[in-house]
Amino acid sequence: MSEKLSNNGQLLSAITNSIVEGEPDETVDLTRQAIEANIKPLTIINEGLVPGMNIVGDKFQSGEYFLPHLIIAASGMQRSMKLLEPELQARQQAVERAGTLVIGSVAGDIHEIGKSLVGTMMSASGFQVYDLGVDVPTEVFVAKIRETGANLLGLSALLTTTMTVQRDVIEALEEAGIRDQVKVIIGGAPVNQEWADTIGADGYADDAVGAIELAKQLVG
Amino acid sequence: MRPKLNILSDEMADQIIAEGFELLMDPGVRVHNEDAHKLLADAGAKVDMETRIAYIPESIARRALETRPSEFYLYNLDGEPTVYYGGDSIQFDPGSAAIAILDSETQEQRPPLTDDFVKFVKLVETIPQLDAQSTAMICTDVPGEIGDLYRLYLALNYMRKPIITGAFRKDTWWTMKDMLVAMVGSEEALAAKPIAVFDVCPSPPLLWSDLTCQNMIDCARYSIPSELVSMPLAGATSPVTLAAAVVQHTAECLSGVTISQLAQEGAPIVWGGSPAAFDMREGTTPMGAVGTWMIDCAYTQVGKRLGMPTHAYLGMSDAKVVDAQCGLESSGGALMAALAGVNMVSGAGMMDFESCQSYEKLVIDAEIIGMAKRLVAGIEARDEPIALTLMRKLGHRADYLAQMHTLKWFGKELYIPSSVIDRGTLDGWKRKGAKTAWGRAQDRVNELLATYEPSPISDELRAELRDITTKAAQKFGMDELPPLPRD
Repeated sequence: MSEKLSNNGQLLSAITNSIVEGEPDETVDLTRQAIEANIKPLTIINEGLVPGMNIVGDKFQSGEYFLPHLIIAASGMQRSMKLLEPELQARQQAVERAGTLVIGSVAGDIHEIGKSLVGTMMSASGFQVYDLGVDVPTEVFVAKIRETGANLLGLSALLTTTMTVQRDVIEALEEAGIRDQVKVIIGGAPVNQEWADTIGADGYADDAVGAIELAKQLVG
Repeated sequence: MRPKLNILSDEMADQIIAEGFELLMDPGVRVHNEDAHKLLADAGAKVDMETRIAYIPESIARRALETRPSEFYLYNLDGEPTVYYGGDSIQFDPGSAAIAILDSETQEQRPPLTDDFVKFVKLVETIPQLDAQSTAMICTDVPGEIGDLYRLYLALNYMRKPIITGAFRKDTWWTMKDMLVAMVGSEEALAAKPIAVFDVCPSPPLLWSDLTCQNMIDCARYSIPSELVSMPLAGATSPVTLAAAVVQHTAECLSGVTISQLAQEGAPIVWGGSPAAFDMREGTTPMGAVGTWMIDCAYTQVGKRLGMPTHAYLGMSDAKVVDAQCGLESSGGALMAALAGVNMVSGAGMMDFESCQSYEKLVIDAEIIGMAKRLVAGIEARDEPIALTLMRKLGHRADYLAQMHTLKWFGKELYIPSSVIDRGTLDGWKRKGAKTAWGRAQDRVNELLATYEPSPISDELRAELRDITTKAAQKFGMDELPPLPRD
């Protein structure tokens, strides 16, 4: 029994290490091994994956790690979560979600990177994320919030010509009567806190890590 | 392919070399040193003892060019060869012998004290972009007569990297040599694995002072590397045309190599300099002038053509505060030096011509040097085919941040600056206090100093160094040295 526990402990710390070392294939492989070893899915998440993401986040904040480390660690986490979700359902368990986010670049704006970065990082931070992609029609945002009951909406705009669409989306939410249901956060190069205040958004962040903190404040 | 700057055509470089040899015979080289007179005369050069002018035949200088090493290494205190003088390798050290330090609080120049230089040496140790130390400033809390050796004493107590130094007197050279020998154990060990280079400076035009010539000869006799610092001032102490200034530089360096090799065949010696395009309005010697950089790059090309290791004083500024001029001048010189393949580029931290050192400028210059090193590392294919496999896999998805390929290569392909360089958003910058480069550099200095690890030398060795230095100080009326700052 004690030997098995120690093996399980080693497996979980190997999962943590694979996240920190940026080896997503290994993260997935080890997660599969952990499931086969009958480690509880919530244990795998809370004692294997999440500590790894926390270390990666700390290293990013301290300047040791860079965006590729962050994204690749997050993608390993996401892929492992896909394996774990059926296991959780079989046990009628669910991961405690910090919130549900619908995110996309607004109509007319085809910029992807910043928006995807925020989506990936939010997902790795425990949010349920629906990434609608780029050039998302305003009504599609509204429909997706209705469908998912999301409590958070992220609107990205990289151009001065498309940032006004962020306001259009907020107005559409009001017309649809669901403005109170979601907190709206905005981002993008030309956007700042002043613009967020002007259009009645709930918050603004200028990078992915800031977006996570903001989201946790708003709906956490 | 390594990007490389050749500023002279081969034909012009050869003509400069040919004219350099001719100057050695007519008008000859004035040498105020008896050892050199004897060495030159014994080798067959005519020396006029009245005018002190030596007429050096090309054959003697050519022979010296055959015996001088075309490459050598400097070693750190762990005995590792960390600086390579040879080929197109580039390395950087701080500018040396500043007579002022830019005060971090007042941003005004003041005379350096022991504590200032110790802090500077520690900072240099922690800056990854810097390959060597230098005796970067002259402390004013000891007698001027030991100003040179006291710098070396302080540096040796705190450094691991090799050091570029120099003597201001004939007798102090011996004390400095004794310190270096104490560091490595014996004269043989110092010759086999040198940890220091001595700058030796001919006086323009075509003159060797007694002091610097003797330093060069003494270095050669102990196989300690010396570095020629020829400094034509175009339009003042040399012809104004850049090509002619390089001819003068060539002749001065050829005479130095000749005297050094006559003293000791095979002694390591570097083709270096600190020329300037004279400022015709102020009468000053700008280090930030494009003409200065051009002379440096041209003489470097000449030195390489003669198979010499090379050095230059570049990457400095004439600005009095750390401002836009300071950055632009330092960048220009450092990038040119890197492209020219100067083996040792001295100048980091230095401003106000070559008179004032600054901790803050040093950490800003470190970023310039980082970029310069990245530049000359060039563009490599990395994969074969270069892009087809990866780009066909991703198609039109802008998802490169999430690729293992990115994680594998970004650190090598992209130079990542420290927090001295601001690349945040406007809001991000404001959140961090809306600091200018000066303010960020102040933070960086403190951050780096906190990572300094003490030098590994023994207490016995520290005591020996202190003993050697104290004896020298006592000759000039100082019974006890200022205390070393506590860690």
